[in-house]
Amino acid sequence: MGDEKVVQVKSEYDIVVARSVVRAIAKDMGFGLVDQTRIATAVSELARNIVMHAGEGVILVREILKGETWGIEILAIDNGPGISDIKLALSDGYSTKGSLGVGLGGAKRLMDEFEMESAPGQGTTIRVRKWLPK
Amino acid sequence: MKEIDYEQIPILKIGDFLVTSIQIPLHDKLAVKFQQDLLQKIEKTKAKGLIVDITAIDVVDSFITRILVEIAKMAGLMGVKTVLVGLRPEIAITLVEFGMELGGIKTALDLESALSLLRRCVDEADGSDG
Ligand SMILES: Nc1ncnc2c1ncn2[C@@H]1O[C@H](COP(=O)(O)OP(=O)(O)O)[C@@H](O)[C@H]1O
Ligand SMILES: [Mg+2]
Repeated sequence: MGDEKVVQVKSEYDIVVARSVVRAIAKDMGFGLVDQTRIATAVSELARNIVMHAGEGVILVREILKGETWGIEILAIDNGPGISDIKLALSDGYSTKGSLGVGLGGAKRLMDEFEMESAPGQGTTIRVRKWLPK
Repeated sequence: MKEIDYEQIPILKIGDFLVTSIQIPLHDKLAVKFQQDLLQKIEKTKAKGLIVDITAIDVVDSFITRILVEIAKMAGLMGVKTVLVGLRPEIAITLVEFGMELGGIKTALDLESALSLLRRCVDEADGSDG
């Protein structure tokens, strides 16, 4: 463990940084190319949401261990406007910005675990995990 | 990373077709400029086909998907067929699981097959015009 990284996300350029950092860690941990791509794509969506919907925030990456299984955990944290209806936000095609509205649903499908905490005025924290196949 | 304004995506002409390769991460402004450049080039060259090489792209998220789909749509409105080249297998798998569609854009494994695919499309179109 020990390997924990924080990426500040403020601009579009940071989205690229965030997903490269996460991909490198996933690769080091032994995730295959397809998993690396799934993880990097999910992170790209979460980081873009921070820039687009919250303005700024952080992406935090760490290795986790459950029983004998290693996994990668990514937190996307911001103090933006928050989300009032989480279920609605997760549904495909719903966007308050006129984009595709598939980012959250897609990120959830690409990862093994997806949890979201958000309320209006309280920012948004999203936690995703992927477990390393044995 | 700082914004640099000499960023641009070259668009080449090969016969009746335009070929472009996305080698740098797209961001909003660059994507808009790229779309405009492409449209201008299509108009100026009267190209009949467009090949977009995405070999260098390692993540196709909803943002890039939207741009690619928009480009193909705009080109289509100008009578230009778009073919994607270099979509990596791991990206294809991710797209399917993500649940994103490339809006029916044709894909080819390499530049050569993209060119012959476009040639066939153009020949068919010319033939049916009489
Ligand atoms: N970090 C966030 N802060 C505030 N709202 C968010 C955040 N992430 C997502 N949302 C809300 O959830 C909606 C759906 O998000 P998403 O599925 O990524 O689609 P899109 O980003 O294309 O709008 C967004 O339109 C926005 O209203
Ligand atoms: Mg989004």
